Amino acid sequence: MNRLFGLGTRGVLVVVPAVFIAAFFLYPIATILWRGLGGGGGETFLDLAASSRQRDIAWFTIWQAIASTLLTLAVGIPAASAVARLSARRRRLVRALVTVPFVLPTVVVAGAFTEVFAVAGLDDGAFRLRHTVWAILIAHVFFNYAVVVRAVGSYWAALDQRMEEAARVLGANSWQTFREVTLPRLQPAVTSAAAIVFLFSFTSFGLVLILGGPRRATIETEIYRQAITRLNLEAAAALAALQLLAVLALVILSTRLERRRPIVGRGARSSCRTAAPTWRWGNLIIGLVLLGGPIGVLVERSFSTGGGYGLDHYEALGERARQLPAPATTALWNSVVFAVAATALAVLVGLLASLVVVHGRSGVARIFDLGFTLPLGTSAVTIGFGMLIALDEPPLDLRTNWWIIPIAHALVGVPFVVRTMVPVLRSIDPALHEAAAVLGASPARARREIDVPIGMRGLLLGAGFAFAVSLGEFGATSFLPRRPENLTAPIALFRLLTTPGDLLRGQAMALSVVLMVLVATAVLMIESGRRGDEGVL
Amino acid sequence: MMLALRGVEVRFGDVRAVTDTDLDLAAGELLALLGPSGCGKSTLLRAIAGLEPLVTGTISLDGDDITAAAPEARPFGLMFQDHVLFPHRDVGRNVEFGLRMNAVAPAARRERVGELLELVGLAGYERRAVTTLSGGEAQRVALARALAPAPRVLLLDEPLGSLDRHLRDRLIGELPGVLEATGTAAIHVTHDHDEAFALGDRVGVMHDGRLHQTDPPAEVWAAPRSLVVARILGHTNVIEGPTGIEVWRTDAAVIDPAGDVEATVDRVHFRGVDHDVRLCTADGGGLRFVLPAAPAVGSSVRLRIDPERVIRFD
Repeated sequence: MNRLFGLGTRGVLVVVPAVFIAAFFLYPIATILWRGLGGGGGETFLDLAASSRQRDIAWFTIWQAIASTLLTLAVGIPAASAVARLSARRRRLVRALVTVPFVLPTVVVAGAFTEVFAVAGLDDGAFRLRHTVWAILIAHVFFNYAVVVRAVGSYWAALDQRMEEAARVLGANSWQTFREVTLPRLQPAVTSAAAIVFLFSFTSFGLVLILGGPRRATIETEIYRQAITRLNLEAAAALAALQLLAVLALVILSTRLERRRPIVGRGARSSCRTAAPTWRWGNLIIGLVLLGGPIGVLVERSFSTGGGYGLDHYEALGERARQLPAPATTALWNSVVFAVAATALAVLVGLLASLVVVHGRSGVARIFDLGFTLPLGTSAVTIGFGMLIALDEPPLDLRTNWWIIPIAHALVGVPFVVRTMVPVLRSIDPALHEAAAVLGASPARARREIDVPIGMRGLLLGAGFAFAVSLGEFGATSFLPRRPENLTAPIALFRLLTTPGDLLRGQAMALSVVLMVLVATAVLMIESGRRGDEGVL
Repeated sequence: MMLALRGVEVRFGDVRAVTDTDLDLAAGELLALLGPSGCGKSTLLRAIAGLEPLVTGTISLDGDDITAAAPEARPFGLMFQDHVLFPHRDVGRNVEFGLRMNAVAPAARRERVGELLELVGLAGYERRAVTTLSGGEAQRVALARALAPAPRVLLLDEPLGSLDRHLRDRLIGELPGVLEATGTAAIHVTHDHDEAFALGDRVGVMHDGRLHQTDPPAEVWAAPRSLVVARILGHTNVIEGPTGIEVWRTDAAVIDPAGDVEATVDRVHFRGVDHDVRLCTADGGGLRFVLPAAPAVGSSVRLRIDPERVIRFD
């Protein structure tokens, strides 16, 4: 950084993102911990531990996350093997397609599954799925399938297949080869995918709230119940503190595991004609049904008008339903405006932070790296709740400020920007600057000719993610002050979905489809601009 | 013949990587398969190992048809160009892999692993991580791993290609001894004719998916059956004469004022014992000979060609 930027520029680089993250993330988190650990004199951890209901909730949160992770791995790893054997072009296409469910707003996914259960007659009876733990697990698999397929599939494709050939020639059959040679080498990718799926399932909110029904509660939904329904902020703070510490422990554990990963030979892959096509296509078809089914049902229901098909539900979006403070179209418009503002914020802060991470002095860089990754591990509920209880008095009283929602969304989006920008910036070989200098470019010119065009790609990727995340954001938003002009599409959708009766279902489906199309467009645009084949994000 | 291939063809889409190929290998024999890259020699090796399916043709071992057998069901070993050791297993557990797959008891496995590591000159390396090995050590471990289950035939896919010259020469010296000690027949794929001549009891020359000639090294060198084979062997002095095409071996010329070929010395490479001399004839053709003494660059010399060392094609 010393070489790349002047002193004044450096100050702005560090101060702007530091203030942003400190005021809107660290301060709220500290407030949660302070009040949750008894600093406010209210309920604390210990009171929680004494309550059998809270113990049950904590236990359920853990085991549903473990079950979701194992199920996702069981479905995802065979699919990853099929994806790994596709040609690079087809693999990119599949990667893009499986990513759509992953970034779909949780409320939309919940709505889709509610409808699938209704259509398949699983609402009631012996095979009731509605409001059971199975509904949650299946939705988590749907949601996280992409994580496993992308992380493990890409890693697998890059593995040197001659290892498997060597094993076969040495007398191992295909199962032995998988167990003894492939799986151990996949372990780093499987571990990190599992950690991510566990984290997402552990902090899953919208899905559990809607699909689990009133009786199934996780720590997340309980925070919501205590804070919003029962207005017991101290109990909510204690739960949120518990959640924070659990996530922190989890992150530390998974980084430990990753540090121990063995060195894995990766290299030239030979021509791979080893997988049976039936296995490959069978797996891709399972994936298509799992991912496409709910989406298909969603679309179908949105057009179904009882007697036939039509645009009735879409037209109804323009009228205000009794349950909503404004028409759904207004909510959609709000969401788009919020998303644009949140993306701009996330890009500004994320870009500056990335420059510090890559070019800053090592100590500052490391703090920034950690500080801007933390919001990724923190649940949206914790972020929203923290803003709710922390930003309520001057000088940071944002309760009535329009910006509180874009800021919350930007907080969720910033880590995506940083995590896509940092590798791109790091990939810029310093020798390029030297080459440019020798060819007669001034430092500023070299930056414009080299860093800007290369960095732009990462920036667009991150911006796309931030936009998609903001459009679908539900967890944090649900804690923020509700006023008609603040109504977002996911919140409106939640109200429509949780209204008893079928009256508003069609409208909910139509709203889901519109939201899905918006998000999917953003994501597919990101994917088409991507070159590499790596990583989860 | 122990291993016999008849009419073998392997295709990648529309490309015939190997076509119409017959090959025989006797017990204990070392066959070198020589050819330029892309000629199909590696594919042929992989087909023998069972890693590439045949479109037509048969592979038999001791008279039993194994064309459709899975790779793990064939008693062959395979060594890759860059060793392909399992990175998550140490040296000992790499070598014992094939034994475990064949359900050999642990005690017997340990003994066999020790025996093989000693054979390749790496005694006591059992607990070393494969990532700490040098290129030459890794290749020796790969050899031990391939030999551990006592394969009937060892298939070597340019296993020395990634090593530096010094190591390569050393392993070329050692490999036949190791194979002899274990009584293993081998097919050694290479694009280097020196390596093929040094190692092979017989040399098979491949080009464009076909096996053009299989003979003992001296015979292949002295009497290539076609111009294609001659070129692959490194013969560059191709002369179109009145009676057909002649190939002058690099050892065919001596400097002799009474010689009937006149040429200008273009470049001289000193090679220790002798000199690699490139010359230019009056009509612009290039010649290359190995000569004991170096003529001055730019000088004009007369050469006498030994007709015994000229290969003729009609």
